[in-house]
Amino acid sequence: MELSPEEERLLESDNETVRKCMEILVALGKIYGAQRLIKIKSAQISGISYKNIGDAGLEWLESLDARVVVRSFMNPAGMDVERWSEMGIDRDFYEKQMRIIRALERLGVEVSLTCTPYYLDSPSFGDHLAWAESSAVVYANSVIGARTNRESGISALASAVIGKTPFYGLHIKENRAPKVLVLIDRDADPAMAGYELGKITGSEIPIVDFGRGVSKEELKLFGAALAASGGAGMFHASGITPEWRDFEIPDERIRIESSDLKSDCHPDLIAIGCPHLSLNELREISRLLKKYGKVKKEVWIFTSRKILKENPEIAEEIEKFGAKVFADTCMVVSPATERFECVMVNSGKAFEYLPKLRGVNVVFGSIRECIRRAVE
Amino acid sequence: MRIRARPISVGIAEGAALVSKCPVSFLGDVNPETGEIADRNSDVFGEKITGKIFVFPESRGSTVGTYVLLQMRKKGTAPAGIIMLESEAIVAVGAIISGIPLVDRPEIDVLETIESGEAVKIFSGREGWIEIDR
Repeated sequence: MELSPEEERLLESDNETVRKCMEILVALGKIYGAQRLIKIKSAQISGISYKNIGDAGLEWLESLDARVVVRSFMNPAGMDVERWSEMGIDRDFYEKQMRIIRALERLGVEVSLTCTPYYLDSPSFGDHLAWAESSAVVYANSVIGARTNRESGISALASAVIGKTPFYGLHIKENRAPKVLVLIDRDADPAMAGYELGKITGSEIPIVDFGRGVSKEELKLFGAALAASGGAGMFHASGITPEWRDFEIPDERIRIESSDLKSDCHPDLIAIGCPHLSLNELREISRLLKKYGKVKKEVWIFTSRKILKENPEIAEEIEKFGAKVFADTCMVVSPATERFECVMVNSGKAFEYLPKLRGVNVVFGSIRECIRRAVE
Repeated sequence: MRIRARPISVGIAEGAALVSKCPVSFLGDVNPETGEIADRNSDVFGEKITGKIFVFPESRGSTVGTYVLLQMRKKGTAPAGIIMLESEAIVAVGAIISGIPLVDRPEIDVLETIESGEAVKIFSGREGWIEIDR
């Protein structure tokens, strides 16, 4: 890899954190065959939940001493930092979780605690990023046309401190070409279609024909599921996403039909907001609750702190009907979900991860189906 | 004898070699409490990697593996150094944040050349090499 004199100096820096961060980027550059580093606009750091990184991760973060040089965001934590006890989080977990958040805040990382940083400050087409949250990576690459690989929490943090990332993978236009054409039934739920497609195509980039108009929120749910069940860093959607015309249409074709992939457990928790909800989605839930009435089951809604702060009335409207609106966390990264038996979700990503990470059964439904089940 | 290799995590290390011919995942295949290889299918099952120069072909498995090396470092069960035929991001980043020297792509097949128990040195900086007494 070719390094500039300035980059070479960072490898010899007196500051151990800077030196290690640079060493990480150079090592990754060698492993993935990058020729050089490129500047990034922002970084997004995962591995925030104490549940995931434990004491080893916490103590390592506390040992760091540097400042990030680009705008940097935190992924969700293991709890709502204000209403943690209401979620059933104990004090010991709370204190460890706050130490992780403070350790990163000290480095200059914003306490955004969301998997949807693009709702806080959207990148532009062509921007290079170092984002770690897989659903945000897919959204940034596919829907916005920014460029980021699927970073780990540590490599994203190293990029935040140095302001650069190795130039390989999805940063290079030709690596963004689709390898398979996918026709999706008009009636298929995009989140479930993404989940099923990822199981088939793995990390390959698909170009998808939805056969109808889809909202950005549907693209968000589709991409999150695709990345969770398969591992792709992006997709194209014919007539919709910004780069869909830039490549040849692949010969390989797959059809995804509307499916009935619904396990039959009876939910004792209904959890909506993986990825975190947009204001539009919160409004939809509020409308549905007004139509169907008070919930009779535990219903947890997840969004970012910023959207909640800017729209306090929407949370009040939803909570009047007995649902709870939490920020900073989600059903997948919080251990609070573990005490339930069966969780109903509208998310293909949560459908994939909840059984594996939180040991609960899952059942799938659209937002409307979730709310209807909640009031039964 | 000096064997050239690619430096991935910088530093100098020496110790007795432990050579595994099987791929290794640090999440599951190694017990971080004891430093022992816990994978029953491994050709070095039950051996300790603590303080050794751990030689293996490649790694597999979860990204949480990064923090396992850090945990081992903290508990004093980590290897002194790592030699891999081909490294990947999880072990590379784990080795860097734990301060464990790592080189890969040695110019000859070290799985055949190096024997478990023999003294090995690793130098990993601008350039990288492995030294054995031959």
